Amino acid sequence: MNDNPVPLSRDELLRAYRMMKTIREFEERVHVEFATGDLPGFVHLYAGEEASGAGIMMNLRKDDNISSTHRGHGHCIAKGVEVKGMVAELYGRSNGTCHGKGGSMHIADLDMGMMGANGILGAGAPLACGAALASKYKKDGSVGVSFLGDGASNAGNFLESLNLAAVWEIPAIFVVENNGYAQSTSRDYAVAVDSYVDRASGFGMPGVTVDGTDFFAVHEAAGEMINRARKGGGPSLLECNMIRFYGHFEGDAQTYRGLGEVEEIRKNRDCLKKFIQQVTHAEALTHSDLDGIDQEISVLINEAFDEAQNAPRPTEADLLTDVYISY
Amino acid sequence: MARNITIREAIREAFDQEMERDPTVILMGEDIVGGTGSPGEDDAWGGAMGIYKGLFGKYGNRLLDTPLSESAFIGAAIGAATCGMRPVAELMFIDFLGVCFDQIYNQAAKFRYMFGGKAETPVVIRTMYGAGISAASQHSQTLTPIFTHIPGIKVVCPSTPYDAKGLMIQSIRDNDPVIFCEHKNTYSIVGDVPEELYTIPFAEANIVHEGDDVTIVSYGLMAHRAVEAAKQLAKDGVECEVIDLRTLSPIDMETVIESVENTGKLVVVDEANPRCSIASDISATVAQQAFKALKAPIEMVTSPHTPVPFSPDLEKFYIPSTEKIINSVQKTLSN
Repeated sequence: MNDNPVPLSRDELLRAYRMMKTIREFEERVHVEFATGDLPGFVHLYAGEEASGAGIMMNLRKDDNISSTHRGHGHCIAKGVEVKGMVAELYGRSNGTCHGKGGSMHIADLDMGMMGANGILGAGAPLACGAALASKYKKDGSVGVSFLGDGASNAGNFLESLNLAAVWEIPAIFVVENNGYAQSTSRDYAVAVDSYVDRASGFGMPGVTVDGTDFFAVHEAAGEMINRARKGGGPSLLECNMIRFYGHFEGDAQTYRGLGEVEEIRKNRDCLKKFIQQVTHAEALTHSDLDGIDQEISVLINEAFDEAQNAPRPTEADLLTDVYISY
Repeated sequence: MARNITIREAIREAFDQEMERDPTVILMGEDIVGGTGSPGEDDAWGGAMGIYKGLFGKYGNRLLDTPLSESAFIGAAIGAATCGMRPVAELMFIDFLGVCFDQIYNQAAKFRYMFGGKAETPVVIRTMYGAGISAASQHSQTLTPIFTHIPGIKVVCPSTPYDAKGLMIQSIRDNDPVIFCEHKNTYSIVGDVPEELYTIPFAEANIVHEGDDVTIVSYGLMAHRAVEAAKQLAKDGVECEVIDLRTLSPIDMETVIESVENTGKLVVVDEANPRCSIASDISATVAQQAFKALKAPIEMVTSPHTPVPFSPDLEKFYIPSTEKIINSVQKTLSN
């Protein structure tokens, strides 16, 4: 362990805070707007899980590739996908990140190394292996990171990918974002091992469990794995134990959760509060530093939603475009 | 200069020449090298059909044996394709594609559209289809219509060595995902193949036998049966125009319609099961677009709506035969 409780530069800390706070504000606003009925489809919110995405993405370069999950807004923002495009995408508008054809569950920006949120659980794991394999051929030192939840950790796609990555010794990192629930089914019921470290060792790769609400713990553990992978040290698995503030999807009544559970975690296990406490306690950042960022984010989110709500809608002609490159 | 070589050799030559030309082309699949990590010789198998034999010695780790994890390695090929590689992944039998179907129809097929036109996924999945060797229900199907049903993927099905080489090179260079289907009873078919690199564009059907009386449309191994039927019918003075589709998605309906407008009669031959098949699709399209040209009901010669049987006796009844094609042609003429 590093003796310094906040072992990042001031600029890096500001960037990490901006990442986490942007995700939080984005998701809180989506929560509000979804309730009005104006947002189509279904959305799965990342609020409460920001430290995981940010802790990992702060170690990544633009040319590193990630494959995400159905709960992908946070991964997109942390990987650098433009927020205004994302909001327009959620509204299904033609200026959205995917021109309104992907929506919340399929936002991708390959130029930013974001291979897509994914509506199929575990399906991103083979894709991240593909990115890692390409990196091995290109010898560019990039890595492929596969995010998945505790639910998808039981999918064959994921388990096959662990073995494939280990056999091929490719620079792949598997991040199990364990928020305790696969929809409504608890992780304790559905996963036979107590720790994902056991599952990693079963596939011949190192595994580490961290408190996924602690940005610095995630950042340090992910950093070691990513650096090892960049140097040809092969794949690893990181388990981030974390919580979600909202239901599986917006509209989930969450009756499967314990009485007072959500209130308790919001009060005592909020990763953003923890980060603020850590950086201000260490006097690495001041409240005034953070307030300045908060104001900028507030403006950005307000603009993004205002603009998206007034953005052009796709036309019938758009329905038929971009099925193939040529056909 | 053209030589007489087999489909097996034509596909190997396509890989060899494309790998030499383009360093981003990689090949992967179960046993495509054969012997990786084993105490015996490397390149022991060169794939279940020996297609890749010799390539490992030339291209080394650009050929990858895979664990028996179809979802993982087909998905990895797709992922690598979005990251600048041109992978060709082999899944021995088309029947096995069900194991990793999600990666094909929810992932590769959807990226271009779902990501707003920004993704390129130049992956080729090559696979073997068809009945005829008593491999029974799980190793003999003609599942081509399952793939043509899905927007976002292309489906290629060569019948000759010339087409196999040209279409494989086109498939590798194509920037959309391609399912490349080879009938398992066509590998030893011999034909003229130029030594140099060439491509055959998709959606260009080939008229392999000319005639004005009846149009027969087919693809893959069945195209050979259709030509055989046409030759026999010619002895009785019936002139059939046989169209080998070569690619099923995209499909060259123009050539089919043009021919039917000339002959007024259509027989479609497809080894796939009949419901929602290539045969039924062509029949429907012709009925929609050339109804007035038709002088007789359209005939479909397909396998029955059953799984592929094991017994050689039953399998013979299952596969569309030259005789059945001839009977169907005569039926259109009797109207």
